[in-house]
Amino acid sequence: MNYHWNWHVFWEPAPNGTGTYLDMLLSGLVLTIETAICAWIIALIFGAVIGVLRTLPSKAGSWVGFAYVEFFRNMPLLVQLFLWFFVLPEILPHSWGLWMKQMSNAPFYTAAIGIGLFMSARVAEQTRAGITSLPRGQKLAATALGLTTAQTYRYVLLPMTFRIMLPPLTSEFLSTIKNTSVAITIGLIELTAEARAMQEFSFQVFEAFTAATILYLLVNIVVVIAMRFVERGLAIPGYITGK
Amino acid sequence: MFANFDFDVIRRSLSYLFLDGMTFTLTLTGLATFGGIVFGTLIALMRLSGYWLLGRIAGLYVDLMRSLPLVLVIFWFYFLVPYIGQWLTGSSRPVRVGAFASSLVTFTLFEAAYFAEIMRAGIQSISKGQPAAAQALGLTYSQTMRYVVLPQAFRNMLPVLLTQTIVLFQDTSLVYVLSIPDFLGAASKVAQRDGRLVEMYLFAAVVYFAISCVASFGVRRLQARIAFVH
Amino acid sequence: MKRLRIMGLVLAAAFCAAQAGAEELAGTLKKVKETGVITIGYRDSSIPFSYLDDNQKPIGFAIDICLKIVDAVKKELKLDKLAVEFNPVTSSTRIPLLANGTIDMECGSTTNNPDRLKQVAFTNTHFLTATRFVSKKSSKLNSIEDLRGKSVASTSGTTNIRQLTEANAARNLGINIIPAKEHAESFLMVETDRAVAAVLDDILLASFAAGSKDPDAYVISADAFSKPEPYGIMLRKDDPAFKKVADDATAALYQSPEGQKLYDKWFMQKIPPKGLNLNVPIGAELKKAFAKPSDSPDPDSYKTM
Repeated sequence: MNYHWNWHVFWEPAPNGTGTYLDMLLSGLVLTIETAICAWIIALIFGAVIGVLRTLPSKAGSWVGFAYVEFFRNMPLLVQLFLWFFVLPEILPHSWGLWMKQMSNAPFYTAAIGIGLFMSARVAEQTRAGITSLPRGQKLAATALGLTTAQTYRYVLLPMTFRIMLPPLTSEFLSTIKNTSVAITIGLIELTAEARAMQEFSFQVFEAFTAATILYLLVNIVVVIAMRFVERGLAIPGYITGK
Repeated sequence: MFANFDFDVIRRSLSYLFLDGMTFTLTLTGLATFGGIVFGTLIALMRLSGYWLLGRIAGLYVDLMRSLPLVLVIFWFYFLVPYIGQWLTGSSRPVRVGAFASSLVTFTLFEAAYFAEIMRAGIQSISKGQPAAAQALGLTYSQTMRYVVLPQAFRNMLPVLLTQTIVLFQDTSLVYVLSIPDFLGAASKVAQRDGRLVEMYLFAAVVYFAISCVASFGVRRLQARIAFVH
Repeated sequence: MKRLRIMGLVLAAAFCAAQAGAEELAGTLKKVKETGVITIGYRDSSIPFSYLDDNQKPIGFAIDICLKIVDAVKKELKLDKLAVEFNPVTSSTRIPLLANGTIDMECGSTTNNPDRLKQVAFTNTHFLTATRFVSKKSSKLNSIEDLRGKSVASTSGTTNIRQLTEANAARNLGINIIPAKEHAESFLMVETDRAVAAVLDDILLASFAAGSKDPDAYVISADAFSKPEPYGIMLRKDDPAFKKVADDATAALYQSPEGQKLYDKWFMQKIPPKGLNLNVPIGAELKKAFAKPSDSPDPDSYKTM
């Protein structure tokens, strides 16, 4: 294997003038995390609303929820990002499109919203599964107590659902972090993109990708451990959460 | 609103998009699904084998693959597979692996981690009495798996496996990052050459959507039938 | 796969034994002889060097040069048949893919510079071009200084994006650099107003502007990020036998009248797929580099004075 290993490359200055190659990778990691968190907030809000919508008695509501989930689930994420990034600004009125395109952080906003909406369809499915998994008696009891549908959801169903959902939500959050790398295609300079850039500048392919791999693994481990604590703290007595 | 657009570009590139691009995408999806299920089943069996070391290796493999973004894995394998080939064959130089073969190896190995978890759930869903009965009948471990456990696990998990295949079909679009002409890659080549991003990406979106929709509808039908038979 | 490979090795060994006494082959030539295949890495949109025509087949000035090298390899190895395969590469994948044997030579618009020579080798120079930027006339950007604080596109993995990055840091310009995967994508960023300028080799900028929907709307900067730098066909490092075949073949081509004819075919006449004529006459420096072929990475060595 005629490959020249050089693990010292991380401490060499990068051509962007702001520090070493390691700094470059770390700034990519920060952007990965920022994008993932923004996307996750969007995914949780939209996902919860759509998931609830699908369990409501209203036919129209559940149809809208169904259509929403199908729309975002049946297209590759990459294609969805292209739609938001390349297609949307061109079919809007010219001045709006121009405003969108000339925002200095356009890739970041597009990635956060695009990935957020993509993940929201999956969160919606988890929410729906969570609500329907509750014993029917809870809803009936709430109705018998005279609670309205809104109150039933607010005080009875949703607090239970979210705690049951924590383990699957953890894995959806991990997917969100991984999916930020797809935004490399719309020019977001996140961790994978920084690793690629480091490879281009320094020619040390395998060192760059090894470092990125380790950073992704670390993020995963941190999230999993943190969520384990959260799950333990929020566990419902008498309910088996998780597997 | 669409006055500035030239949708004829789609018609002009149809044969390239489908004969080259979609053929690449579907072949890759089909073969990687097959390979992924076979390899994934092996990993699942390793995990459930009861041998500490085997289970540990399989578990680490699954966790590693599931922790990494596919885009990163695609880059890794495109650059690394020839060296792995060199190592496996003891050749004096890296083995030449083309774009398709490299993608196939990547997706097989990556998706195997996901298929493994599905098959593991499937195997665990078979009641313990069945393998016990098989062993009582004198079947060996491999016979038990081959004739009793795996067929049922596979059958029970068929809808989930097919759903994962739809995910795999969508994931193949990521080979775009290597400029490999899959369906999306082909569309983007035409789009960038002719400056027709809007037309081509809209069309690609519609095609992916239509195929995935029909496929997931089929899976739901199948799921209903399996549930009914039970 | 493994069995095939072993069979291949056995056959190759038998073959070598039969040829005992003949000179020993190494590197790429040995690989080509054994496999009967040579793989060319091509680009999607390095017009007119290496790009896809209407049938999505790779064509261009550099591809034609590479096919000459393939002919020379065939002759050198005394092969009756040599299959040529094409593999797409991008600016960021070309060097790793050359190193790992996916491609045997890269035929596109790759700048030969000392940094890259640590990893790869180049044949004789087939073009000279400087890094400049293209912008819309309406945005009135004349100098690099005018890009201060703006969004500027370039292709990832190129010398261009590196020079832009370095200039950005050295002059503290605060440019927001948007990396694109392909040159065409970089240019489209300007066409769709996503970036005010795209930084690439000026010859590529000229061909994109000329091929765009409104060629008159664009202007290429006089201000350059670099001197005119040489393009070469990229080969694996430490493979002198293959490099010699490639160097001899390219030198013979450039020195013969055929070299000028090939240049005119791609730069002075209509080229596919749109029938565009770039109309870029051969410069004095390149004329000299054709008369006295050189693989030097040093821009100054190509000066005519």
